Amino acid sequence: MKARVHVMLKKGVLDPQGAAVKHALGALGFAGVNGVRQGKVIELDLAEGTTEAQVGEMCEKLLANMVIESYRIDLL
Amino acid sequence: MKVAVIQFPGSNCDRDMAVALEKSGADVQVVWHKDAALPSGVDLVVIPGGFSFGDYLRCGAIAANSPICRAVVDHANAGGYVLGVCNGFQILTETGLLPGALLRNAGLKYICRTVGLKIETANSGYTERYSVGSEISVPIAHHDGNYFADDSTIARLVGDDRVAFTYTDNPNGSRANIAGILSQNRRVLGMMPHPERAFEDAHGNTDGQRLFAGLMALLTSA
Repeated sequence: MKARVHVMLKKGVLDPQGAAVKHALGALGFAGVNGVRQGKVIELDLAEGTTEAQVGEMCEKLLANMVIESYRIDLL
Repeated sequence: MKVAVIQFPGSNCDRDMAVALEKSGADVQVVWHKDAALPSGVDLVVIPGGFSFGDYLRCGAIAANSPICRAVVDHANAGGYVLGVCNGFQILTETGLLPGALLRNAGLKYICRTVGLKIETANSGYTERYSVGSEISVPIAHHDGNYFADDSTIARLVGDDRVAFTYTDNPNGSRANIAGILSQNRRVLGMMPHPERAFEDAHGNTDGQRLFAGLMALLTSA
């Protein structure tokens, strides 16, 4: 089984990379991009039977820094 | 004073740090990250700068979960002194020994230059040889030095006099201009600037010397 973990900076945490991407899109002529937030996607190849709770523990202990980031788990 | 300097794959300030400590009179041992224990009788643990594990995942995240870091956390929880510089500061926040996190610099650029620091407290073994409010010059060299913590954490750090250094001209977007913070017991210090790079005349200035001298005086008599 696989899981996909999405890690994003929390609301209110400045994302200078997202701001730079937004600026670059504007420079390319794309109008109407009101905001860009950049995060990461981590794909896990897991033993069958791994629970979402266990993946959550992986997120809280390592994959995300809960001071600045939030995560979302998709079991595939 | 017996000091352990921790070395990770990708550490690059470990030797400079060891030299500064040795020239200050310390007995220095370099300790590999896979060791599960610190040498016995260590007074101070130093986590030096660099790019441990290539900054993969997040700066300091992998190093914070290495075997030696469990021993470093135990050492700190038992009242031991721990100094983290640059990547060492990032690692200390990832272990939870210090609050907050270090984000990408607000200007997105890697910054390598000497900056002005204001001494915010002299109430710590690290800063007792400086006078509060005075300014010193110390080099920074980082891409992720933008200190972030939520409002209540910043208020607590300021209220408890735990901000050790602030930037006189904020280079990286750090909240409250924070360049270095202390733990609740004032024995763990994390700072982005490199005092070991402002140590000898050949460095151009020696403003970092007093940090090491203060620790020596404190921990040698102990």
